[in-house]
This record gives sequence, structure tokens and C-alpha cells, in this order.
Amino acid sequence: MSERYDAIVVGAGHNGLVCASLLARAGKKVLVLEANEQVGGAAVTRPFAEGYSVSACAHLLYQLQPQVKKDLGLKFDLAADRIGTVALATDGNHVRLNGDEIFGVSDEDAASYKDFRRRMTRFADLLKKFLNKSPPRLGKDASKADLFTLAQLGFDLRRLGKTEMRQFLRLIGINIFDELEERFESPLLKGALSLDAVLGTHLGPRSPNTILTYLYRLAGSHGTLSMPAGGMGTVSNALAQSARDNGATIRTGMRVKKIVIENGRAAGVETEDGESFSSWLVVSNADPKSTIMDLVSARNVETGFTHRVHHMRCKGNAAKLHLALDGLPDINGIDKREYGDRFLIAPDHKYVERAFNHAKYGETSSNPILEITFPSFRDTTLAPTGKHVMSAIVQYAPYDLKEGWSDKTRDAFTEVAIDKLAEYAPDIRSRITATEMLTPADIEQQFNITGGHWHHGELTLDQFLFTRPVGGAAQYAMPLDGLYLCGAGAHPGGGVSGAAGRNAARSILKREKSA
Amino acid sequence: MTIQEVEQARFKSPFYPRQAELDRLNRWHEWKGYSSADGFFDTTLEYFAIRNSTGVFDLTPMTKYRITGPDSLEFLNRLVTRDMRKIKPGRVAYAVWCDDEGQVIDDGTIFHLREGEYRLCSQERHMAWFQAAAIGMDVSIVDETHDIAALAIQGPTSFSILQKMNLDGLENLKMFGLTHFDFEGTELMVSRTGFTGDLGYEVWLSPDKAEAFWDALFAAGKFHGIRAMGTDALEQSRIEAGYIAAYIDFLPANVTVRSGRSRSPFELGLDWLVDFKKPNFNGRRALAKEKREGSTWRLVKLDIEGNKPAHHSYIYAKSGGRKKEVGFITTAAWSPVCKQNIAIGTVRTPHGKVGDKLLVEVFYQREMHWSRLMAEATVVDKPFWDPPRRRATPPGPY
Repeated sequence: MSERYDAIVVGAGHNGLVCASLLARAGKKVLVLEANEQVGGAAVTRPFAEGYSVSACAHLLYQLQPQVKKDLGLKFDLAADRIGTVALATDGNHVRLNGDEIFGVSDEDAASYKDFRRRMTRFADLLKKFLNKSPPRLGKDASKADLFTLAQLGFDLRRLGKTEMRQFLRLIGINIFDELEERFESPLLKGALSLDAVLGTHLGPRSPNTILTYLYRLAGSHGTLSMPAGGMGTVSNALAQSARDNGATIRTGMRVKKIVIENGRAAGVETEDGESFSSWLVVSNADPKSTIMDLVSARNVETGFTHRVHHMRCKGNAAKLHLALDGLPDINGIDKREYGDRFLIAPDHKYVERAFNHAKYGETSSNPILEITFPSFRDTTLAPTGKHVMSAIVQYAPYDLKEGWSDKTRDAFTEVAIDKLAEYAPDIRSRITATEMLTPADIEQQFNITGGHWHHGELTLDQFLFTRPVGGAAQYAMPLDGLYLCGAGAHPGGGVSGAAGRNAARSILKREKSA
Repeated sequence: MTIQEVEQARFKSPFYPRQAELDRLNRWHEWKGYSSADGFFDTTLEYFAIRNSTGVFDLTPMTKYRITGPDSLEFLNRLVTRDMRKIKPGRVAYAVWCDDEGQVIDDGTIFHLREGEYRLCSQERHMAWFQAAAIGMDVSIVDETHDIAALAIQGPTSFSILQKMNLDGLENLKMFGLTHFDFEGTELMVSRTGFTGDLGYEVWLSPDKAEAFWDALFAAGKFHGIRAMGTDALEQSRIEAGYIAAYIDFLPANVTVRSGRSRSPFELGLDWLVDFKKPNFNGRRALAKEKREGSTWRLVKLDIEGNKPAHHSYIYAKSGGRKKEVGFITTAAWSPVCKQNIAIGTVRTPHGKVGDKLLVEVFYQREMHWSRLMAEATVVDKPFWDPPRRRATPPGPY
């Protein structure tokens, strides 16, 4: 007889931990099983060279939902807050952004940027309301509460006023390229905003709904960037501590092999080591594809549903580059005090689109876009004294690379990225003492995310809100009694936000109450 | 790209040359890409051949899939609602498959040819759905519609005719059984199945032996009243047998747009095909819920007074001196062999229990003018036509 729990959470990603903590707080006996030795999933800090540590995937915090922090009473120190952004120019005439402020562009652009920000943050606030709610069920299964939520969505939309509502409806599906083209002249500004819209997706600035992905980025703290002291692992550790404090058991190094199905419902899990645990409630923090196809097995769910899950788009495109440096490199036109900022290499919006072109055909960008940080600049715990860590997101590196990912293709792309860096920081090569490159294939393998995608599934309108991850499963409950999703693949999506985990826990508790 | 000239927009069945020789009506329609005859000589006589001697119908256009591989049984058991583990090699099963909401996509027959090797025949094409149901399984699904020629040989003298062709052991073949013979060096599969509700067989073989088989069959049947028949005669007999047809008595769930226009197996009177004791199958959750909460619709077989077929009629229930519309007729016919005015219809539950008396509104036309009458209709349980010879083993010599 295997040990029985009220709830088993598969995977201790940050969402899994949020969900486990909330379920435990509601009095449930919760077990969290994590395949890796560390909790946090992709939100971890880990060493990559002797003395050097870095946030393995996400390296900036900007989406953690205030409700999650509040509900769990989460406290952790920040190494840096309100981090500025510098859109790098090779000639040193950079554009600097921080919140509503902008420097290095014409007065017209500055005024237009203010207006753009005002509208985007307003729309993001509207979106934010829905990120923190379970999407309403539509059709004949809709309950009164669903209809109320839907009515509220309509009401909030209408409350924007006629003009702004029309603008919202116009913008939500379109690409950011056109909007930027209409508003701004500064190539660097257009490049920077394009980059923010497409980071972590398989989309170029000319792809539809890249305004939505941009809004999604702002729908937390309006895009205010911070860095937890000790890297992203600090957030996960705080979440794990909160879960433990609430009574949950977390076991790492336990890879779940199978979700046990009995009489058409979830009944527990089996680990790779042959241990089994029973529970009538299994919550999967794994991505929807591996949850349904591998852990549950397609044959235990409906054909139409399997088909939809099978066709879910979840191929990652963002690689992560970590450099151990024996000192800060010299970036043209950047003052030594500014190294705590975020640096972008995206000279203009067309450059970003061209970088994406390669990805469409299964190639890596020959001129990639980069989001660069030097976490050790503000957080001395990450590197030996006087030495530094560079952490950069490099796009595009498509998961299904035509040649396939290997040491050779990974090294080649690393070289491309470093060459690009050297255009802005000529001495970078001489500073490097160690390198780590994580391609989507590496992210898939090391963090158990099918396709190595940030969001566990492309963040596009057809995989959003009512149809995230797929139609018929948008309320965290899978079409199998006792099985729930709580990860980035579920509504609203990825990023270190905790919204999916919180919504899932609330949805589970509400369903139990009404049952 | 080169543009290919297509000589004919329709396929011709391998039996076409022989059928064309017998054809006096030149009435052909399209059936899944093939030319198929409404009739050849006289629809009524073709129908009476089924009931009194033997009618031969070309089944080649029927959609046929070959399902093989280690997971073939598991695949089929996931696909259909009945327990395929109970269908041993040499047996045939009538089955339905449902979508996620437990609504019928189609019905068909599944032939267990040999251990782990199946043929599935259906009205519609379903490759995409089957592929989706096979995700994660080691199974091969091949459309073999064009690779198999098939005939339905139906009627009281059908056994005698086939026996004359030296198909030894055929007398032991029970209903829904199948067996293999040799025909001129190729494999001939014979199953005791059909769509007419009478004694009859279906034969399946390679298309290049089609004409030779047709000739041998008609030679053997010369003194047993053998006759080629078309779709009209088959349709008449299928109504008498009480079989339902896709696009007539129900719509495949995957083509319905409006909610509530598809049907569950329960709503089609196919409760006996749904087995909750077997492992997970598609639609199970929804069907279990429907079983608990009750169905919306019920399929009824109606025996209607008078002799005017109740095509497309509304069905009413009498309640407290008033009548209330409760459903509609989907198929209606005067049955010459039963001497009954019969119909298949759909009514809202709880109406339509066996023995219930309902009313149907029959419109009929006499010399351009329309008339209307309300006829009493009794809900019946059994097929209208179900003679003992249909299942007698060995079958009688007629």
C-alpha cells in the first residue's frame, strides 16, 4: 500500500510550489515531487563554473503577481530594483529607458513613447485582471460564476471608453511592428520594444499578436525589472519555504514516471525508482504535452483532446548564454556605474524580424538579438570578488534546428552570440574564463520542458485564455477526474509570475467546495 | 508541376463492366468517388430478389481500412464503444465510435480477419480521426478501399448459390462469422453479414478477380433467381431490417455545427454497443454522464396505420386531449413484404417507449393537391423484417 496524500504536485517549478503552498494552507496533505535535485524548475540559481553562479533561465523578475506575494506572504531581498534598459548602439549613442522615462530620442519620439506607455500599461492592467482568474467556461457548461466573469470582462473592456476599447480590440491581435512603425522614428527604440514583445516566443515583430505578448510582459508591474538577491533561485526557495511552512512535503530527485489512472480518474503517481504514492488529486506542473502524452498516456484521455494537445505549439526559440568574466568588459559609451542595467542588442525592428526569419526555416539567427545583464554587478554572491557573470538571452535558436542540436551546433551559435557581443564590447573575448550555452534542446532536457519553451506553449491568441492550453481544458481541470494542470502551459502562461499556480489552486479548492 | 488530365471524374468499380452489361436504366449516382447504380432493371423486382431469391449489390465503394500491428486491438478498443476483446478472429462486430462528447461519428463493421488483423468498413472516411486515436500506439491504418472488391449477396437462395461454387464449410458459418476460401488462386473472404435483414453474405476479394468471380457467381445463380441490384432496393430492405443510416437517421457528430444536432449511441437505440466494463474508450466520460442523467433523444421504429409513407413527418404525442410535437420521421416506407407502413424517427424522451401510441402527420399529394392526415403510430421493438432463415445454421436450401 503506497502512502496516501490529499494532493500530489508533479514538479516543483515555481508554479507548482505556489499551488502546493496554497493547497497545503487550505489544510491538505500535499506532496511535491521534483525530478531535479533543486526546487524551482527553470527558476533556479545554479553554478556554471567554479565560483560562478547564475539564474539558469529567467534572469529578471518582472511578472511575479502581487496577489501571489500577498497570498503567500512572500518575502525575499532584491539585489536590484527598477533596473534601467539600454538599447545599445555600436556608436555609443544609446537609447535609455526606465519606466515612463526615455533618453536619447527626439522630442517627438519621447512624447509618443509617453502616450504609448500610457495606453499599453492601461491595457496591461486590464489583461492582468484576467491573468489572475480562471478563464470562464463558455457554452452549455458555463456556470453562473462563469457568465459573471465573462460579463465582467466585457464590462471592464467597455469601461476603457469607446475610443480606447476600439483601440484595444484593434491592437490585441496585430503585430507590434506596424504599431511601432506608425509611432516612432528611432530605430533603437523600435528595436528595443520589438525585442520585448518577442522574447521567449517563436514570433517575430511582424507576427500577429505580438502586441499581446508585449502586454503580457507588462501585466505584472508594468515591466519594472528587478533582480532577486542570489538570483531567481531565491524566489523558488522562498516559495518552497512557504509550502513547507504550510505543511507540504517536498521531495527532490524524484522523477515521476507515470500518473496512475484508475477507473477513468487520477489515482496517484509512480516514480522512476518504482515508488508509488496515492492521491485522488494529482496536479501537474509539467507542460501539457508531457503531462498528457507521457505521464497520463494518450490512451487514457479522449481522442479529440489528445489531438489538440499533440498539436499544441511549444517549440522554444530562446537560448541562454552565461559567461564567466575576469572583469567587466568595456561597452562603448557605457559608464561603469551603468552595468547594473539591462542591455539590448536589437538595433532596429527590421533587424529583429530578420533574426526571426532564420528561425522559420530551422536555422539559428546569423545576427541574433540579445538581452544582456551582469547580475554580479549588484549581487556579489554570484561571482568571486572582482570577477563577473554575464547572463544573456539569445534569440533565435529554434528547438527543431534543421541540423539538429549537438555540441557542434551549440558551439557555433555560442560563437555567433559572442561575435555579436564583441561588436559592442570589443574586449569581451579576452575577459571570458568560462562559457555555458543552453539551447532549447538543453532546456528541454535539463528542466523537463517539452520543446524547451518559456511558456510551455506558444503565447498566441489561439492558445490563450479560453483555449489555453487547448479548448476544453482551460480551467486547470483536465478532462480526467482528479487531474489538474498548474504550470505555464495553463492559463495565463509562463514567466516567473505564479499566476498559473495560484489560479489552479483556487480553482481546485473552489471545485472541491462545490462538489 | 504538371497538370494531369483526368479521364473520368469517378472511379469505376472492378464489377462495372459486368454491371454495365445488365444496366437498362442508366441511373447512376456518386458514392464516395465511385459510380454506383440506383437500379439496373426495375427497382421493385430487384427488391423482391432480396426477399425471394438473391440480389447482388456492389459494395466496393464502401470505405475499408486495414488495421494491423501490435496495438491493433487496443486501438480499436479505444476507438469504439463496444468491447473488441470479445470479438475473436473469424468474427465480425457492428460498432459505433464517438467523439469526446460521446456523440456518434459513424457506425461500421469490424472484421477480425486473423489474430490482430482487422478490416473496418464504414460509410464515411475517417483517417484523420483514426490517426488521432492512434497517437502513442503501434498500429498501422491503411485505406484499402480501392484494393478490395466486395459484393453483398443477399436473399434466401444466397447460400445455395455460394454452395454451388464449392465453398466447402460455408454451411457452418454463423451470423457475423467470416471465413476464407481460395478463388482461382487468390484469397476470397466470405462473411455472413449484410444490410438487408435477410439471409445473406458479403464477399471480399482482389479487384483483378472481380469479373471472374461475378461470372462464376451468376452462372451458379442462374436457376436461383440471382439478380444485380442497386441502391434503391437496398435502401428499401435496410428500412425493413430497421438499420439506421448516417446522414439519414443521424448526422456524423463531426459534421454537425449546431449544438444538439448530433446523437449519442443511447439516443440511437444502440445501448447494447456501449460497454462500461472495458478499458477507456473515446466518449466514455460523456456517455457515463448521459447514462446517469438521461438522454435527450430516442430513436423509434414506428408501425403506422394506413398505407401512406410518413416521409419527413412531425411526430406528436397526445397529452390531456392536446397533442404536442415531440419529434420527426427520418426514414419512411411502405413495406411490401411486411404489409406494413413503417418508419424510423427521433423523438424527445420520455416519449417513444416501446408500445407508446404516437401520432404522425402525413402529407400526401393527389393530382397536384396536397392532403394531410394524422395517423396513429405504434413504437415497436423488433426489426420489421427478421425471418428465422436469417440466422438458421446451416441455412436452408431454397
